Amino acid sequence: MTALLDMDQLLNELEAGLRRVLEDRGVEKPALIGIRTGGVWLADVLSKRLGLEEPFGELDISFYRDDFSRIGLNPKVKPSSLPFDTEGRDIILIDDVIMSGRTIRAAMNEIFDYGRPASIILATLIDLGARELPIQPDVTGRSLALESHQRVKLRGPEPLHIEFQETGH
Amino acid sequence: MTANDPSPNHLQLTRDGQLRHFLTLDGLDRALLTDILDTADSFIEVGERTIKKVPLLRGRTVVNLFFESSTRTRSTFELAAKRLSADVLNLDISTSATSKGESLSDTLLNLEAMASDMFVVRHSQSGAPHFIAESVTPGVAIINAGDGRHAHPTQAMLDMLTIRQHKGRFEGLKVAIVGDVLHSRVARSQIRALNVLGVDEVRVIAPGTLLPKDVESLGCTVEYDMARGMKDLDVVIMLRLQKERMEGALLPSEREFYRLYGLNQDKLSLAQPDCIVMHPGPINRGVEIESAVADGPQSVILNQVTNGIAVRMAVMSMAMGGQVAERQQKQSKGAQA
Repeated sequence: MTALLDMDQLLNELEAGLRRVLEDRGVEKPALIGIRTGGVWLADVLSKRLGLEEPFGELDISFYRDDFSRIGLNPKVKPSSLPFDTEGRDIILIDDVIMSGRTIRAAMNEIFDYGRPASIILATLIDLGARELPIQPDVTGRSLALESHQRVKLRGPEPLHIEFQETGH
Repeated sequence: MTANDPSPNHLQLTRDGQLRHFLTLDGLDRALLTDILDTADSFIEVGERTIKKVPLLRGRTVVNLFFESSTRTRSTFELAAKRLSADVLNLDISTSATSKGESLSDTLLNLEAMASDMFVVRHSQSGAPHFIAESVTPGVAIINAGDGRHAHPTQAMLDMLTIRQHKGRFEGLKVAIVGDVLHSRVARSQIRALNVLGVDEVRVIAPGTLLPKDVESLGCTVEYDMARGMKDLDVVIMLRLQKERMEGALLPSEREFYRLYGLNQDKLSLAQPDCIVMHPGPINRGVEIESAVADGPQSVILNQVTNGIAVRMAVMSMAMGGQVAERQQKQSKGAQA
């Protein structure tokens, strides 16, 4: 399975997919936002690959999660930073892994608290399926079907690599 | 009421060490205080947005229960709760129920019947928030907004946030607290926080009549002479002269106090050149601080107010988070049994 997940190849897929979507939609100056932590590492790489001059944004969605009433506040929350005005912009939102779709729901709510973007393109490195909300990425590096005891995590930032984990049950 | 309960943490913390009430800094370790400051840093960013609101406490009811009047503390707590999307009820008890003869317990029962999730309590009696936390229904978080001469933990934490913002660290700092330490709950909480966070020295500068008897045991050195006390300081915190709490002749006169302990430019020049000047407010200009200093380049008094909102957002969301996590654990244990 690890052989299927060559990082360079995944990033090539993601970059090519993004270029395609940007062209289809006629977007010339997208603003890039990564979701902490994995999405921020990816935003760093893709910002260079796409030749974007503007610094990318970093989103910490801890204040927008829908499981506060179950698990409380994430103690490792860091400030979000969007070094550009989101109002009217075409935004590329990047995360490492998409599963339930809840993180993306929270991220979009947070982005809208900064302003009303013209559009959002969602890019994820790995799509694990198992969606609980009607949210689909526009661009994905790879779709994977995991067994229920398996987890996957992006490690980084140097070097970026995918780690598979087996849970106890 | 046991304001000096040596182990208040069975009340303040969940079994996993999460905050569930915020009553005092006593017993809270450096890791937890640092968590509060880090979380507050993230809320500062929220306060800089056009839409200064996050949905963390959406649909929850926060009651500001002020048995003693306050403008700044009450309004920053109110703003903090609103920025967390909570519904806020402000009760100025000093002018309502108790004056009609209702007991504290009855007032609380009525508020609980309104399905409140959090009480922010200010009271002139030391230990009142502690007492309320002990008697309130599980699931309701209590935040101390100042009790008697005992503690004012959110004020101390916003001061710590302000110091960290300007100095970037606590290690190696020399910090002085000047003035009416005797009547100050703020000073007690500040001394505690500064020691836990690991500053080099906490100094109190005041006349003997405005110092509590066992002041050194709080964890500070004492200096009666302001000129000597200002030497090498990185931070000077001025306290308000609490005229309304003074009984008897603790001071010869305000003018005499200002001459000896008021902060003016000359005295400030004895400290480090980048020494910051703090004051919990409200300031008495010309009593404990000169206007030129209060409004001068070294003053961070208005940063303190901004930071007060962020710190209160942090403490409220952490305590509410601890309460919900605990309830969740109890429910899942109940389901297993």
